[in-house]
Amino acid sequence: MTVLLAADDVRRAIARIAHEIVERDPDPSAIALVGIRSRGDALAARLREAIRRNEGVELPLGALDITLYRDDLTRIGHAPIVRTTEIGFRVDDRVVVLVDDVLFTGRTIRAAMDALVDYGRPKAIRLAVLVDRGHRELPIRADHVGKNVPTQPGDDVRVHLVEVDGRDEVELVQAGVPV
Amino acid sequence: MTLPRTEPGEGQATEARIRWQRRHVLATDDWSREEIELVLQQGEAMLEVLARPMRRTPALRGRTVVLFFAEASTRTRVSFELAAKALSADVVNVTVSGSSVEKGESLLDTVRTLQALGGDILVMRHAASGAPYFVAERVASAVINAGDGWHAHPTQGLLDALTLRSALGDLAGKRVVVVGDVLHSRVARSDIHTLVPLGASVTLSGPPTLVPMAWRCGQTPRGVDYEEDLDRALEGADAVIALRLQRERQEAGLLPSLREYAHAWGLTEERVSRMRPGAPVLHPGPMNEGIEIDAAVAHGPRSLIERQVTNGVAVRMALLHLLAGTPAEADPGWQGAEPPAMSRR
Repeated sequence: MTVLLAADDVRRAIARIAHEIVERDPDPSAIALVGIRSRGDALAARLREAIRRNEGVELPLGALDITLYRDDLTRIGHAPIVRTTEIGFRVDDRVVVLVDDVLFTGRTIRAAMDALVDYGRPKAIRLAVLVDRGHRELPIRADHVGKNVPTQPGDDVRVHLVEVDGRDEVELVQAGVPV
Repeated sequence: MTLPRTEPGEGQATEARIRWQRRHVLATDDWSREEIELVLQQGEAMLEVLARPMRRTPALRGRTVVLFFAEASTRTRVSFELAAKALSADVVNVTVSGSSVEKGESLLDTVRTLQALGGDILVMRHAASGAPYFVAERVASAVINAGDGWHAHPTQGLLDALTLRSALGDLAGKRVVVVGDVLHSRVARSDIHTLVPLGASVTLSGPPTLVPMAWRCGQTPRGVDYEEDLDRALEGADAVIALRLQRERQEAGLLPSLREYAHAWGLTEERVSRMRPGAPVLHPGPMNEGIEIDAAVAHGPRSLIERQVTNGVAVRMALLHLLAGTPAEADPGWQGAEPPAMSRR
């Protein structure tokens, strides 16, 4: 098991992404942050706080659950649990930044984009992730990345966040290597 | 009266701790509290889908839901149809004239036809108690009971629980009055089997002739009691559910007259004010206004009757989605409880 990001690295990555998001779209009032449950929503809340401190603007914040948009209902062998989606603002003509912890195959992001367009027609959808571990199965890429990590497909990237797990840390558990 | 909501970032708080294993929804009398709470929590998530500008998600795309109603129904059938369509399932309606499926043998024929249609989920209503159990043993589809005779109407019990919980919060320690024709009411049975596991107590009220003999003699199930006098039953109650007086099921002699029934057990404004302030009024519909419920109560500030309709769609979406994710080998059907004997009632 390797520690990819320690607590300070997570903090710096979020601070940098917060700056990048605003640099990319100079009119911050058109931006909204939508985190993908269940760790992307915590990251999105932190990004909003960082942007509020830096720029003095409070971006709209939403949380998206993609369960009803998954493409593997018959494959996973049990009923997936749907969590509440909360998007309390109109997405039309906004730049919506999707936020997730790990970008892997891209299937979650595909589902999230399908879900998001059911709420309206965003001006643009961007993607911010804490870790990009490669191995895409769909033509999807991130606009803002905390850390790029080369991995094997069987590896496990574990993101721990204070809000969910009590500590900030990202670990890589390599396939076939005992923990 | 807002739904319990979590802040974005608190996703984990609503994470269910159990895994759904059931293949069929036949009655809630053998469900654990955790299973009931899971369905209610999933129903709350589905309410958000129903509030969107685009009320449709692709979750059940390519799945077929067969609606087989061998007994009159409008709102339950339409509710299931809306639920299935909000999840992008294909819907096939099979309506059968009452007489052709009243015997066990012809039900078996119908089952074979339904089997040939190849639906993934079969939603059925039947006048015979136990019919969905009979069908669940013989089809490959998942089966949802949309009402069987006097026995059970599990989705009604669940939607009533969802409605009460959004109005009252945690139901532990709450007392709910169920008034009316308890004897013939599958709604009353399913309400009991949903609300009691959630910690509520149920006070039944109604004419002694329309309450099962054992229950009116004090041998009520756990968490349930019977109080003939509705005024006394309502005193300090947290909610009331009025049952429809099922005129089509009345056998001669059980009721003196509709007028007398309305006088003694109809919900009036004066009566509902005996409950706690703001205590809600529910009714499964369709209502006989002026008999079991006054128009002023049905359309008054305490009424959650319209909310029940929306919650019904949400609960049914939750069940369809849960069943669609359960593999066929997961569950033989029911656990523990004996299926009711097939009976013509």
